[in-house]
Amino acid sequence: MSQRTVHKTIDATGLLCPMPSVKTALAFEQMELGQILEVITDDPVSKRDLPAWAQNTGNELLEIKEEDKTIKIYLRKA
Amino acid sequence: MTEHGKNKGSVTIVLFSGDMDKAIAAFVIATAAASMGMSVNIFFTFWGLNAIKKEGGIIKGQNWMQKMMNIMNYGHAKKLALSKMNMLGMGPAMLKIMMSKKKVPSLHEFIQTAHAMRVKFYPCEMSMNVMGLKKEDFIDECQDVIGAVSYLSIAKESEVNLFI
Repeated sequence: MSQRTVHKTIDATGLLCPMPSVKTALAFEQMELGQILEVITDDPVSKRDLPAWAQNTGNELLEIKEEDKTIKIYLRKA
Repeated sequence: MTEHGKNKGSVTIVLFSGDMDKAIAAFVIATAAASMGMSVNIFFTFWGLNAIKKEGGIIKGQNWMQKMMNIMNYGHAKKLALSKMNMLGMGPAMLKIMMSKKKVPSLHEFIQTAHAMRVKFYPCEMSMNVMGLKKEDFIDECQDVIGAVSYLSIAKESEVNLFI
């Protein structure tokens, strides 16, 4: 898992709903199919909202990592 | 977002209220839905038209009653009252500070984001006529001016319909 190539990272630290999903959607617009996006957030709701976002948009949730209060969410554009 | 909008569903919101708090609620839902690839339409009617008015031009309308109403009802995205605790404008000023401390976008920023995500804004023709407002009185992000029948034809194709 640690060998994954991240094509783009967005820092949504400090942002509240709905901005992490909005920023994720806007970032995905600029990306190619199969590329991986890393979303850095400290909003616990994102742990629920971004998987729901991925499910609804047909994209793939790869992993959610938590280090202290920092949450890193990895999504693949599908 | 429209590229996969066709099969991701649709949300149609009627924004009747001209209160800042209610307009923000509408735009939170609109931008979240747009992020999910849904196609989003907002129909602005009556007091809700204030959210999409351009700044400036206090005197609008053709007759004295319309002019008086538009002076008393002056507002735009950066100048709307709260539905509660308005306190002569202190409420909105404090809420703006509280929101920016939490990095929540202002209503003006929400409108820009929604437009960038292809949320469609439709002003209501009948309210505009009653109040003596013209298409030029509204921000350029607006689509066509429409009536209730056009709104309903969009609404009946939407899975989520909200009246705020």
